[in-house]
Amino acid sequence: MMIRKIALFLGVAALPVAAFAQAQSLPASTASQAAPAPDEGGLTGSVTDESEWQDLGIAIPAFPTDSPVPTAAEGGNTAALGQNLARVVFNDLRNNGLFKPVGPDALPGIGYPQVTAPSFDVWRGRSAEMLVQGFVKAAPDGKLTVGCYLYDVALGSELARQGYVVQPSDWRRAAHKCADMVYSRLSGENPFFDSKIAYIAETGPKDHRRKQLAIMDSDGANHRFITNGQATALTPRYSPDYSKIVYLSYLNGYPRIYIYDIGSGQQRLVTEGRGPTFAPRWSPDGKWILYSMAIGGNTDIYRVSAQGGASTKLTDSPGIDVGGSYSPDGSKIVFESDRSGSQQVYVMNADGSNQRRITFFGGRAATPEWSPRGDQIAFTHIGGNFRIAVMNPNGGDLRFLTDSWQDEAPTWSPNGRIVQFFRTEKGSGKTGIWQVDLTGRNERKLNTPVDGSDPAWGPVLP
Amino acid sequence: MPALTPTKISALLLAAASLSLGACASKAPKELPPQPTATSTTTMPTQPAGPVPGSQADFLASVLADTIHFDTDRYNVDTEDQGILQSQAQWLARYPAKMVTLEGHCDERGTRDYNIALGERRANAAKNYLVSLGVDASRITVVSYGKERPIALGSDEASWAKNRRAVTITVQ
Repeated sequence: MMIRKIALFLGVAALPVAAFAQAQSLPASTASQAAPAPDEGGLTGSVTDESEWQDLGIAIPAFPTDSPVPTAAEGGNTAALGQNLARVVFNDLRNNGLFKPVGPDALPGIGYPQVTAPSFDVWRGRSAEMLVQGFVKAAPDGKLTVGCYLYDVALGSELARQGYVVQPSDWRRAAHKCADMVYSRLSGENPFFDSKIAYIAETGPKDHRRKQLAIMDSDGANHRFITNGQATALTPRYSPDYSKIVYLSYLNGYPRIYIYDIGSGQQRLVTEGRGPTFAPRWSPDGKWILYSMAIGGNTDIYRVSAQGGASTKLTDSPGIDVGGSYSPDGSKIVFESDRSGSQQVYVMNADGSNQRRITFFGGRAATPEWSPRGDQIAFTHIGGNFRIAVMNPNGGDLRFLTDSWQDEAPTWSPNGRIVQFFRTEKGSGKTGIWQVDLTGRNERKLNTPVDGSDPAWGPVLP
Repeated sequence: MPALTPTKISALLLAAASLSLGACASKAPKELPPQPTATSTTTMPTQPAGPVPGSQADFLASVLADTIHFDTDRYNVDTEDQGILQSQAQWLARYPAKMVTLEGHCDERGTRDYNIALGERRANAAKNYLVSLGVDASRITVVSYGKERPIALGSDEASWAKNRRAVTITVQ
């Protein structure tokens, strides 16, 4: 599968403008650009208190079209598609607990000319503080142009605007990009909606669980099963460019890690090692794969080029060294080891040198994952129950994000603001993918067609 | 190692029975092998009435158990496990062409990757003990299922104790 680069134009924010053929210009709004105030650059939100901007009232009416024409995108014509686009933006902003938007199904429609000339008085009367408007147009070749505008209703001014040119099949990505623009502008954080998740879809009874590799967009759309479940599949990780997935499969009876190529549907063994291989992870640049291999019952961490070739052994302790997650700059690796007698979290240089334990609080600490921002490490804390927690890269500032019977295997949103994990139900063994933001307050279950575990969140799409 | 006589096997069976009756709190109760039909003929594979000699059924009928159990996060083979593995080594000595797979398993109260490593450790501990009894290492294949294949389905100590196990399965 090809990841199409979305053509982005007239980005008001300092986003890279992709080179693309159409030299279309996005209509400028009549509203004046907001002058950068001293505290501009997004309403600042700290990790502990985000209430100021989370309670913003955001109105998102349907995106009108200049002329309703048929389209292959969902809705069948550009008028219906405009409604769907606004719904996706609304759901993105609402479902993550970040904002309290009002969507197109609860708002009157707007005319095409109003997209760039909002009726601010009407929106003030509806107590909207922020207004997201957009439009959609179809070119004769079927390509869609989607415009996205963010207005500050109180100021009566435009805060940001972007436009996207997409294939009809990628219409949701335009909406995610729009939601990302709104989120970034209002929170000051990096975007994350236009991204994908690989995970394990689970069905069947506890003692005969069928586990399939599956992928979906960050909002659960475009769901697709990759494997058929005949061989147990576990612990997938998307390559940073989304072209491949590395995961564990019991194909041929033994646990081995494979690289699955999404475009070709082919897969190959990562290494022809002697022992079972598991717990695969990509380096941030996609050039290396970390994995664990057991030889004679002793598990160590190895690194191999994603192209194949000889492996380098990074750990050499008599205990179980497993997992591993690179720091965003690729210079360090956080991993877990029971060399001290129980599972604890360690950090080492990327070449395996300078291994040192960083977790010294009570209980066990497992499955560490370095935040894409570099400032936090998420992990599974085991002390009675299994809880998702975060700490700084030195093992300090421990904070629990969840409190349930068994939550494990955290994975970060591309912007390092949200942690996804899976929760197992006591007794039934049923699993589900959940996510929680760094405040620990906004926790929700993702909608997946069947049970889900082992989520792995990929980066923001280009 | 000398071959076990039927008398010794009976003694082992008695020992296992008394162990399971005793207050051995930390381990799951061991399942004794299925009761042999009529007179105990299963240790004499030439008898036409018993299971096919060298078969998995014969293995199950001949050994103390196909499964050993472990304490939480542990992988050591204790004296009770040693008795079971000795009976398995005895059967393997009788059928030198037979291969076995040793499956390592964990309970659900562990993280996924770690449990795969721990199951590997448990299966290897059992394998190493069989090898120390004279079984050729090349006859034993090890596979860890981590927490993926529980046999007891509850979320309680008794179920978890049953799931922390290494199972010997003959390759037919």
